[in-house]
Amino acid sequence: MGIERHLNDTVHVTNLEWLVNWSRKSSMWPLGFGLACCALEMIATFVSRYDLARFGMEVARPSPRHADLMIVSGTASKKMLPAILRIYEQMAEPKWVIAMGACACTGGIYKNYAVVQGIDRHLPVDVYIPGCPPRPEALMDGILQLHAKVMKEQSLHNPPIPKIRSAG
Amino acid sequence: MKQEEIQEKLSTAFSSEVIQAVDEFQGQIYVTVAQEKIREVCLFLKNDPDLAFDFLSFVGAVDKYPKKPRFEVVYQVYSLKRNHRFRIKALVDETEEASASIDSVVSVWPTADWHERETAEMFGINFNGHPDPRKLLLPEHWEAHPLRKDFSALGNDQDTPDLPPRVRN
Amino acid sequence: MPVTESLELNLGPHHPSTHGVFRAVVELDGEIVVNATPHLGYLHRGFEKTCENKHYHQVIPLAERCDYMGASSNSLVYCLTVEKLLGVEAPERAQVIRVMMAELSRIFSHLFWMGTHAHDVGAMTPLFYMLREREEIMNLFELTAGGRLMPNYLRIGGLIRDLEDGFVERLRAFTDHFDRRVDEYEELLTKNAIYMDRTMGVGILSKEDAIALGASGPMARASGINWDIRKSEPYSGYEQYDFDVPVETGCDVYSRYLVRIAEMRQSRRILVQTLEKLPAGPIRASKPGVIFPPQEEIYTKMESLIHHFMLVVEGLKPPVGEVYQCIESPRGELGAYLISDGGPQPYRLKWRAPAFVNLESLGRMSKGCFFADLIAILSSIDIVLAEVDR
Repeated sequence: MGIERHLNDTVHVTNLEWLVNWSRKSSMWPLGFGLACCALEMIATFVSRYDLARFGMEVARPSPRHADLMIVSGTASKKMLPAILRIYEQMAEPKWVIAMGACACTGGIYKNYAVVQGIDRHLPVDVYIPGCPPRPEALMDGILQLHAKVMKEQSLHNPPIPKIRSAG
Repeated sequence: MKQEEIQEKLSTAFSSEVIQAVDEFQGQIYVTVAQEKIREVCLFLKNDPDLAFDFLSFVGAVDKYPKKPRFEVVYQVYSLKRNHRFRIKALVDETEEASASIDSVVSVWPTADWHERETAEMFGINFNGHPDPRKLLLPEHWEAHPLRKDFSALGNDQDTPDLPPRVRN
Repeated sequence: MPVTESLELNLGPHHPSTHGVFRAVVELDGEIVVNATPHLGYLHRGFEKTCENKHYHQVIPLAERCDYMGASSNSLVYCLTVEKLLGVEAPERAQVIRVMMAELSRIFSHLFWMGTHAHDVGAMTPLFYMLREREEIMNLFELTAGGRLMPNYLRIGGLIRDLEDGFVERLRAFTDHFDRRVDEYEELLTKNAIYMDRTMGVGILSKEDAIALGASGPMARASGINWDIRKSEPYSGYEQYDFDVPVETGCDVYSRYLVRIAEMRQSRRILVQTLEKLPAGPIRASKPGVIFPPQEEIYTKMESLIHHFMLVVEGLKPPVGEVYQCIESPRGELGAYLISDGGPQPYRLKWRAPAFVNLESLGRMSKGCFFADLIAILSSIDIVLAEVDR
C-alpha cells in the first residue's frame, strides 16, 4: 500500500515498537537450564530432527548474562530454588521464562516436601508447557506462542521491572 | 553358598544374644543382630574366607513407628568371589533422653559413607564414628527428618520451607 | 617469603558440563585439584517418601523418572521386585519383550553418555551423531506405549499391551545398521590422539578401591572386575542369550569408554537374539485379584471386570514380607528393597541407585589431577542426577 508499492516492495514501513519486538523474538537466546528429564526433550528440540535453529534460537548460552529466555525444564527442588532465583536475577532485561513440563508448571507428579509446587510461585512465567515430558513439538508450540506474545508487547513503554523474592 | 548355610555360619560364630532373630521370605533369609555388635558382625562377614562379603550394596533404614524399637537399619551385602547375597538388620530405638544411634561401618566398607549420611538425615539416626556426618541431600536450613512415618509427605512451611530464611535485609 | 593458599572454586549447580544440577566445591592448588567435595541434593524429589503413599501400580511412572536415561530398566527392577514379593513370574513373551526394552534402554543411555562425555572432553561431533540414533530408538519406544522418553510400558506381571504392528520390522532395521554406526563413533574417538591424551591415565580407580567404594557396572568392569548381574544372577530369561561381558584393566577414563562401546555392541547382539526368539503367547501373568486381567476379557467376563475395578480402586495387596531384587542397569547394580505390610501401599521402598554409589569414588579418583581432568572424570562416571538424589 502507498509508498511501499511505489518503491516496488523493497521497503517495509512499520512502527518502531514492531521492529523492536520483531528483532527480539527473532533471535531470542535460550539459557540452557535443564534440570531433569525435560532437559532431554529440550536437547532433542535443538538438534536436527526438530531444529530450533530455524527460529533463531540455536545459540543456547550456559551463562545467564548472555541469555534472554530461561526455559525451566525439569523439577525445581527446594534446595535448587535459591540458585534458580539468583540465575534469573543475573539475566539482563528483557527476559522471559517458559515453564516446561508438569514439574515446572505445578510440581508435577511430585506433590511432596521436597519439590516447589510450580516455579510460578517465585518467578514470573510467560508460557506454561504441560507434559511429562512434553514432546519437542509441544516445546516448539510453546516457544512460538511466546514469540506471538513478544510481538504484542508494549516494549517501548518501559514497564516496571518485576521484583522477585530472592534468597538474600 | 546357600542362604541357609550362610545363616548357619553366622549363628555358630555368634551367641544367641547377638543373633536376635532369623526370618525368611521368598527364599531370602535375613538375620537381626544386636546393634552394639554390628561392627563385629560386619567384620566377620567381610573377613571370613567362606563368606567373603566384600561388597556392600546399601545401608538403609525402616521406621516402624509406633512399634518399639522404632528403627531397623538394614545392610545388604554381596560377595563378588562367591556370588551370594545376604541381609542383616539391627534394631535401633530412640528414647526421650537420647536419639537413636548405632556404630558406623565405614571402617569395614568405605562405601557406607554416603549411605549412612543419607540415612542419618532422613531418619535422624546417629552413626557413631562416621568421618563426615553432614547433611547430604536435604537443604542445610531444614531440621526435618522426612522419611519418618510421623512426617507428612506434603511437608509444611515451618519444617520444609521453599526458601531459606533471609539472612540480610 | 611468598605465602600460598589454595583456591576454593564452586563448580555450581548450574554448569554446562556437570550433566545436570551437580555441585562440587573444588579446592585448587593452581591447576591441581587437592580435594573435590560433591554437594548433592539439588534434584532431591522425595521419591521414596512419595512411594509410600501410592498404590503399587502408581509407583511405576515415578520409578521410571528416577533414571531418565534408561527408563525401562527402572520399571523392570520395580516390577521384578513386586513379582518376587507376590511369587508370580511374567510369561515367556513378556520376558523377551522386557529384555528388548532393557537392552534398548542400555543402548539409549550409553549413546547419550558417549555424546556428552565426548563433548566434555572437546569433541562436539559425536553428540549430534548419537542424537540421530536416539531418535530412532525413541520412535521404537513410542510404538510400545506412546512415551518417547518414559514409555511406561511394563506392568506388574508382564506388560500393559502387546507390541504394535511394525515394531519388529523397525527393530530389525535398527539392529541391521547399528553396528556400522558404532564403527563410525569408534572411528572418531578410539584412536584419536587428542582423545587418548585426555583420557588415558586419567581418573585411576584401582580394583580394590572400586570394590571398597561400591562401584558397579561399567565403572567396575573398567577396573578389572568381571561382574555382570545378567550373568551372575540372571533375571527375565537372560541366561538364554549369548553375549560377552567386556572387561578392561586400564582403570582409567579410556577403559570406561571402551567398556561402554563394547557393551553397546553386545546389547545389539542380544536384541538380534530376542527378535529371533520372540514367542507367541500372553503378555501378562494370570493371577486374579492381583494382576490385571487381559483387556479383552474385561469386556466379556464379569469376574474380570470386577477384578480390574478392584485393582484400580483399591490396589493390589501383596503378602507381608520383604524382598531385595537387583538388575544390571546401564549404570551398575540397580536394586529395589521393598517391604510390604499387606496393605495396598508399599511400607518402604528403598532404591539402591548405582549412580549415587559410583559418585562416591569421585573424591578418590580426582586427587592430584588437573582441573580439566576433573570434568573428564566426572563425565566418565555416567551420573544421572535424578538417580543420585532420588
